[in-house]
Amino acid sequence: MSDAQKYWQANIRLVIGCLIVWFVVSFGCGILFAQQLNSIRIGGYQLGFWFAQQGSIYTFVALIFFYAWRMNQLDRKFNVNED
Amino acid sequence: MTNLQMWTYAVVGATFCLYIFIAIKARATTTGEFYVAGKGVHPILNGMATGADWMSAASFISMAGLIAFSGYDASVYLMGWTGGYCLLAMLLAPYLRKYGKFTVPEFIGDRFYSQTARVVAVICLIVASLTYVIGQMKGIGVAFSRFLEIPFETGLYIGMAIVFIYAVLGGMKGVTYTQIAQYCVLIFAYTVPAVFISLQLTGNPIPQLGLGSTMSGSDVYLLDKLDLVLKDLGFATYTSQKGSTLNLFLLTMSLMIGTAGLPHVITRFFTVPKVRDARSTAGWSLIFIAALYTTAPAVGAMARLNLIDTIQADSIAPDTTQNLKIENLPSWFINWEKTGLLGFEDKNGDGRLQYVGANYADATVQNEMTKVDNDIMVLANPEIARLPNWVIALVAAGGIAAALSTAAGLLLAISSAISHDIVKGIIAKDINDKTELMAGRIAMAGAIVVAGYLGLNPPGFAAQVVALAFGLAASSIFPALMMGIFVKRVNNVGAVFGMLAGLGSTLVYIFVYKGWFFIKTTAILADTADGWIMGISPGAFGAVGALINFAVALSISSVTKAPPEHIQHLVEDIRVPMGAGSAVDH
Repeated sequence: MSDAQKYWQANIRLVIGCLIVWFVVSFGCGILFAQQLNSIRIGGYQLGFWFAQQGSIYTFVALIFFYAWRMNQLDRKFNVNED
Repeated sequence: MTNLQMWTYAVVGATFCLYIFIAIKARATTTGEFYVAGKGVHPILNGMATGADWMSAASFISMAGLIAFSGYDASVYLMGWTGGYCLLAMLLAPYLRKYGKFTVPEFIGDRFYSQTARVVAVICLIVASLTYVIGQMKGIGVAFSRFLEIPFETGLYIGMAIVFIYAVLGGMKGVTYTQIAQYCVLIFAYTVPAVFISLQLTGNPIPQLGLGSTMSGSDVYLLDKLDLVLKDLGFATYTSQKGSTLNLFLLTMSLMIGTAGLPHVITRFFTVPKVRDARSTAGWSLIFIAALYTTAPAVGAMARLNLIDTIQADSIAPDTTQNLKIENLPSWFINWEKTGLLGFEDKNGDGRLQYVGANYADATVQNEMTKVDNDIMVLANPEIARLPNWVIALVAAGGIAAALSTAAGLLLAISSAISHDIVKGIIAKDINDKTELMAGRIAMAGAIVVAGYLGLNPPGFAAQVVALAFGLAASSIFPALMMGIFVKRVNNVGAVFGMLAGLGSTLVYIFVYKGWFFIKTTAILADTADGWIMGISPGAFGAVGALINFAVALSISSVTKAPPEHIQHLVEDIRVPMGAGSAVDH
């Protein structure tokens, strides 16, 4: 497999991993399992409600920066970075 | 002139001077500067500009009210309008930046080697952006007429003139730097009242924490109190789910992929110097957006509580004899009643107001708040909480900044599509840079006039069009872009039919419930939860349309000819950052 293919596969793996987290915090914790999670509380927040209105958004931010950081590493490793 | 008006004129006037000053400093002299600000915007600054571009009059004025009145169910907007940035960062932005051209339809046309694909993309872009811009124009007019007490039309003309100055002169460059200033104005204006109110109610100055705290001087949590009060008054509780899970799921998905597919947002990622900047600027954008989006739930819940406390003297007491007397109505109540955003009627003639829901225990007590508009929750919030006048003036400037910045971004997307994709791309391919720049400025001026006209004479469907804009972007543009990058095998025929299928199915689903071309009487099915197929609301259909687009494009492509070699090379090339065109000097 060529380096270009390996780079692309590593990229796809990273994206899929990130999108699984993206899905779990928003659709999973915020919608599908929100009612069950609501029995757990952090302060005045019910956990499912917190994920839907706060937690998912914080996770999105962290995910993008994690993705950008990992991609920059991959760019350098496969020598396809811009400088 | 009252003290409040003086404050408002001063604050709004100061922000306008700032915008015009920037416009004069940041004139565009080339098409590169006009379309993509010379690709020289720092990723953090671009994040701020994207935040202002993205957060519209609806985000600033309406969202907290939406949350206040639907509680948990409004989470779909919070997650939907932020989660799309993950998709942008990971699936679209870096690759489109690497491609390094000026517009979204240009990429679609080149990648699918098809003028038809480009034209379909241009049409989607113009329809989505124009429908979206009507709301911004209305927002500007409302802010002016309420806060400065000048006629709606005059307010709109002033707004148009301001946008005209910096967008026509500066193009993307002028728009970017004014958006950065507008972001600062709008976020300051949004958080200051939120901090005050959070302090008043919970003693915690950070609204995001205040929402999870106990009420001042008590050990009852704010959200628990709100749930209890709403239940006692016969409203649906705040933190519980009201809509169907499938609809919440699909609506969130549609808003996310719609966000990622809206051209005026995507274009912002063309303005940074490098591919890796395109990745990080998505994160910065979302930080700046999250500052408002995580505050909005606190504003919504606290404003709802404050509103109830104003009317129901002791909100949990079963008798209504302590309620607000009509002769003692606060001045904000009277002011907002004049605008039609609040309405009341003393149905039982006791000289007091009752604010109760449909499930109130005593069936003889009627709800006397006949109208409580969503928008009131942000606009009247500082007055309800008795904050000083300069805070109220800030809210006016913030609302206008939010509307202006989004309007400018949308108008820029429209004018670029006209001058670059239609004029330069199809009608007059051999015009030089200078002529194209002139065409861009004329298209911008034209777009402002059309948007202003539509703002003054909003078509009857103006309120419905958000579903349309997101539906179009989700079902046509996002899948085409994503497949263009990730699936080499998708060819011209597949892409065009995919876009048309996604677009067509979404339009039909919306029209079935909203009426053909939004003419109400032609609706086929009732636009209620019972009438929706499998409980899927028209606004939530974009995700299904996107799925149809993917399926049609992939299956047609697999049985037709593979894309030519140079297109396959193009796809391979955009997948690696190396060799992206460098920044153009400012």
